Formats: sequence, structure tokens, C-alpha cells
Amino acid sequence: MAEIEGGGGGGGKHKGGKKRGKKLSTRVDFTPMVDLGFLLITFFMLTTSMNKPQTMEINMPVKDEVEEKDKPKIKASQAITLLLAKDDKVVYYFVDVVTGEPGPPMITDYSKGGVRATLIKENRLRNPNLDSITVYKRMLNEGAINEEKYRGYISNIKSYKDGLIVIIKAADNAKYKNMIDILDEMLICNIGRYAIVDISDIEKDMLKTVNLQ
Amino acid sequence: MPKVKVPRKSTTVDMTAMTDVAFLLLTFFMLATKFKPDEPVVVDTPSSISEIKLPESDIIQITLDKTDRIFYSVDGQHTREEVLKRMSEKYKVTFTDKQIKEFSLLSTFGVPIAQLPQLLDTKPEDRAKVDQKGVPCDSLNNELADWIWQTRLVNNNVRVAVKGDRETSMPVVKKVIATLQDKKVNRFNFITSMERPE
Repeated sequence: MAEIEGGGGGGGKHKGGKKRGKKLSTRVDFTPMVDLGFLLITFFMLTTSMNKPQTMEINMPVKDEVEEKDKPKIKASQAITLLLAKDDKVVYYFVDVVTGEPGPPMITDYSKGGVRATLIKENRLRNPNLDSITVYKRMLNEGAINEEKYRGYISNIKSYKDGLIVIIKAADNAKYKNMIDILDEMLICNIGRYAIVDISDIEKDMLKTVNLQ
Repeated sequence: MPKVKVPRKSTTVDMTAMTDVAFLLLTFFMLATKFKPDEPVVVDTPSSISEIKLPESDIIQITLDKTDRIFYSVDGQHTREEVLKRMSEKYKVTFTDKQIKEFSLLSTFGVPIAQLPQLLDTKPEDRAKVDQKGVPCDSLNNELADWIWQTRLVNNNVRVAVKGDRETSMPVVKKVIATLQDKKVNRFNFITSMERPE
């Protein structure tokens, strides 16, 4: 241990007659230094942040460049339309295959048994390979396949030709978190194709009929 | 009476080791973290399971608070200076050199460009008290579109990140997304907080 023999040595070597200044102890107490150190640590802990914020990626279609007739047609049976309404409710409907008219609106919410259950059910009906995704995920976790292969398999399954297509339309009284929650559900339910479009007047009337306008 | 002398032990503890530990932790925090940029408004982002991290640099951040105000921020001092000069030419608002310097240090702002010189003149401590009304994004006066366009002209690699509050209403979000699509930004990110998938 670093200890400086100051006081003891001076006392022992004291010579009579010669004027010697009293040797003061040179031991410094470091306690205030520790206080300072921890103060600075606390300052840095509170004013800085270590984690980078998380993000969700979004790709929107290029506007106005594709002619109406060039847009790929989707079969009425493939699509489900989700209307994001107020009070954290989602109204969904299918377009009737026979008549081409919107079917009856159903109301659900963002809970696990709400829109997620519906989406998984509908996706499973149309995409028979959907359940393999959990198998692949388990294989990835066990190390049987690597990340690249996993991604390849998943994108193959997701881009299945007749899989569920989701059309998302947000009403004006919906909240931003509703949209983020829906986009989250797209990731959770492994929906391959979805689009965010503007709400139309017919749909606004539909919301009125179910008292969510 | 037997003299029982209680042996006196030293009560001072050697603090050298403690200071070493303290400064080690301090060095760790100084090197591994970055200062949180002080934003004029606190935003509570919704959570999502997405685990993609925001890239470190070259980001335009559009912040939407719960009262639907739009704040704009771009990182990089040099980029900020260039963008301000171009915007000042376009909108015919002049900035003194001191204001330009102040702007290059400013992280986020939310005022129409006409009020920007005044905002830059207020001292940083007082800036928090200024009620910033938000960057205009209406069809008549879409300053946000110009800010984005000029920033992309200065630095082609910027990514746009939208940071919204949970309670931000959809019309403002739709306006921002429409503006982005208009300015040919079709890939952008939403900043969210972490959520465990159930």
C-alpha cells in the first residue's frame, strides 16, 4: 500500500538545537475524490443514452406513376380490408366474391384475440404453408438452418401467390399508435402483402352504421 | 488496577481503489454513450416488435407530438448550415452569420421559417419556454416538403425517420406520409419502442 512515512520519520530524526520545521503528514484522504467521481458518473448516466432507438421499416408505393389499368388485379376473395376507427377499434370486411360489394362489417380490437386471431385464421385458410413458419423459426433457434436460409424460406412462404392481402385504411379519428399496432400485426401474422391507402366515403358511411364515425 | 490498554486501530480506509473504480465507470460512460439531444417536446412512442435499429448518421427526423405539431431535425452540422442557406434563399428570409451558426448547433425545431430567426436569437435556456407551433405542412404552405427536398439535395443518403406520439391523430400522419411520397421518399422508418412479442 502506498503510504508515505512522513510524520514518524521526522519525529525520529529530530536533532536537538537545529531548527527543523515540523514534518506534516503527507497522507491525502481520497474520499472527496470518490464523491466527485460518482457525481460525474451520475451526471453521465442521466444525460446520455446507450441504446439506439428501434424503428420499423415502411415501403410505400411510388405515387401516381402506375396507370390504373397496369395495377395488378387482386381477386376479391384474397383481400381483407381493415378500417382503423376511433377508440382503438378495428372494423374489417371482405368483398363478396359473387356480388363484388363489401360484405358485412365486423368489429374487433387490437388485443391478441382480436384482429390478430382473425388475420391468422384468414391467412391460414389461404396459405397452406403458413404453419411451416413456426417450424422454420424453431429450426433457426436450434441452429439447424442459418439466418439467410431462414429469411429465404420465410419470404417464399410470405409471397405465396394466393395468400391474404390486407388493405389498411385509417379513419381520421384513429391514432398513430393504431397504425403502428396494425403494422406490428402485419409482422406478427406474417402477412406478405399489405397496403396503406386512403379511406373512401363508402367506408366512412360503413363506420357510421356501426357507430364508430 | 491492571492497565488494559485497548489497542488503537487506524480508522482511515485507503480510498485509492475506490477512485480507480469510479473513474473506470466514468470512462466507460463517457466513451460508450452519446448525449441525448434535447428535444423541445417529449414524445411517447408506441411500441412494436420490430428490432431494426436506426442508423447512426444521415437521418432526417420528423417528430410529431400529441398535439399534432411537426418538428424537424437533421443531423450533421455542415448539412444543417447548407440546408438553412438554401431555404433562406428560397423563402427570402435572411439569417445573420451568428444565427446560421446557432442553427447548425440546434437539433430540433418546429416553427415556420419566418419565425426561425427569432427562435435562433433566443438563448438555449429560454428556448424551451418558447411555444413552437410546428413546421407548417398544409397544402397552401408546405414548408416541410421544402425542408425535406433541400436536405436531400444537400445529402443524398439521408434516411427519413418519423417519430410520432401514441396519441398523434391520423390526419397529420397521413399528411406527412403524403408529403414524403410527393417528394419521392418511399422508404422511411417509424421510430418505436421495444415490445416483447407475446
